[in-house]
Amino acid sequence: MMDDLTQYPLTLEGADAPMVSFRNVTKRYGSLTVLEGLDLDVAEGEMIAIIGPSGSGKTTVLRMLMLERIQEGVIYVDGKPITHQAKNGKLVPASDRYLRRAREPIGMCFQHFNLFPHMTALQNCMEGPVQVLGMSRRDARERAEDLLEMVGMIDKKDQHPSRLSGGQQQRVAIARALAMRPKVMLFDEVTSALDPEVIGEVTNVIKKLVTEHNLTMLMVTHQMGFARDISDRVCFFYGGRIEEQGKPAELFDNPQRERTQQFLSAVKSAD
Amino acid sequence: MFDWRWDFTWEILPRLFEATLNTMIAAGAGYAIAVVLGLVLALAQRTPWRVLTFVVREVVEFIRSTPLVLQIFFVFFVGPQFGIRLDPWTSGMIAIGLHYSAYLSEVYRGGIESVAKGQWEACASLSMSTRDTYFRIIIPQALPPSLAGMGNYLVGIFKDTPMLSVIGVAELMHTANAIGSENYRFLEPYTLVGVIFLAISLPAAGLIRVFEGWVRKKLGMQ
Ligand SMILES: Nc1ncnc2c1ncn2[C@@H]1O[C@H](COP(=O)(O)OP(=O)(O)O)[C@@H](O)[C@H]1O
Ligand SMILES: [Mg+2]
Repeated sequence: MMDDLTQYPLTLEGADAPMVSFRNVTKRYGSLTVLEGLDLDVAEGEMIAIIGPSGSGKTTVLRMLMLERIQEGVIYVDGKPITHQAKNGKLVPASDRYLRRAREPIGMCFQHFNLFPHMTALQNCMEGPVQVLGMSRRDARERAEDLLEMVGMIDKKDQHPSRLSGGQQQRVAIARALAMRPKVMLFDEVTSALDPEVIGEVTNVIKKLVTEHNLTMLMVTHQMGFARDISDRVCFFYGGRIEEQGKPAELFDNPQRERTQQFLSAVKSAD
Repeated sequence: MFDWRWDFTWEILPRLFEATLNTMIAAGAGYAIAVVLGLVLALAQRTPWRVLTFVVREVVEFIRSTPLVLQIFFVFFVGPQFGIRLDPWTSGMIAIGLHYSAYLSEVYRGGIESVAKGQWEACASLSMSTRDTYFRIIIPQALPPSLAGMGNYLVGIFKDTPMLSVIGVAELMHTANAIGSENYRFLEPYTLVGVIFLAISLPAAGLIRVFEGWVRKKLGMQ
């Protein structure tokens, strides 16, 4: 069935317009439907924690904001569609060029850091600002140094990633994403590949972002305690849909759906 | 039985050294063409344009499954029928460069595929253009794993230059033949050719490995 694009607005306006809005979004890989009819609004400055079993589509939610094309629905960021573009007063699927531009305000951190191994920490943080934003090397360096300072990595700025621990690499990766001055930050299990004793250095940086910056964030995590501490809302995914969502205290202490209860008790007993 | 003549050896050595220089120039120029064209062929196979990808894939397959000497003949003797008249040197460079570009494109392809998928995602997350993604992130990382293969083909192209003698390029083999038929003595010139090839090819492998280590270190990738 073709998606009728006229049902979606060209832009989202108004003071209460969400920073990120998924409208009826469906994502398929071949015949496999990974997300179905997803509706999700994220307010400016809101921190959303995404939890759920493996394979439930959590990563896919983030990837659609970053890399992927979708089969149905429209995604808006900062009021503008990022999956489609307006042409003659109608939405049409976006060109590659438009896609790249539209996603500039979105930054992402990955489970395996994905730092550029042939560049130092500082060069990693300067690459985007210089090549994509066209900043001068001097300004980009200054910005990168500020951010490396903020994540506590300024001492290691001239090291290549292979000389850094996982926790250090992830902090550099956060600085690299922030150097693009994103409005929305995505975190995909950023502590899952880390040794337990260094998880804290990364979560502390994220906490700092929450308290000191007005970033909108979507964070996929398996750390329920952390999600509870810092998120404004928790979304529990199951089978490519949001099974249940709510304030962390409500969702964790008083889950309404059976699947949520099962998942949370399974996670608890695993800890 | 073994009547090796040293006076003759010393006499022909300067001519053979000059030919060695020509051989190295031929190999170097052919290799330069192959290095660049090979990258073009490798990247062309990664574009979203299906027809281009298919055609390039087939061309690479074709070049790889036909003999070099045939390709040399083709460029030199069949070219003129299409109005492309080239001297032996140019024809030789083009043929050998084309031939090896097909092999190098496969080396590059392997190198590019060995770069972690997360690198592409990181580039996308920074909204980097396709061009920057390739030239600043992917290719520098694809280089170290490609160097061993690239080095093998450098030695390969060097050893294949004698084939250019068939169209009259004055490289080492051609010169040795000429010396031989002028003097009715083939033992010394052919032996010297063998020694020269050995003397250049043998250390090459070691040097390439050293170079690979240097590049890895330079790129901060151990
Ligand atoms: N590129 C892809 N091609 C095919 N299937 C995919 C691809 N990416 C993810 N999937 C499938 O989509 C489903 C959801 O994956 P994902 O979003 O990674 O789940 P989660 O992050 O919750 O573990 C899984 O069944 C996975 O196998
Ligand atoms: Mg995942």
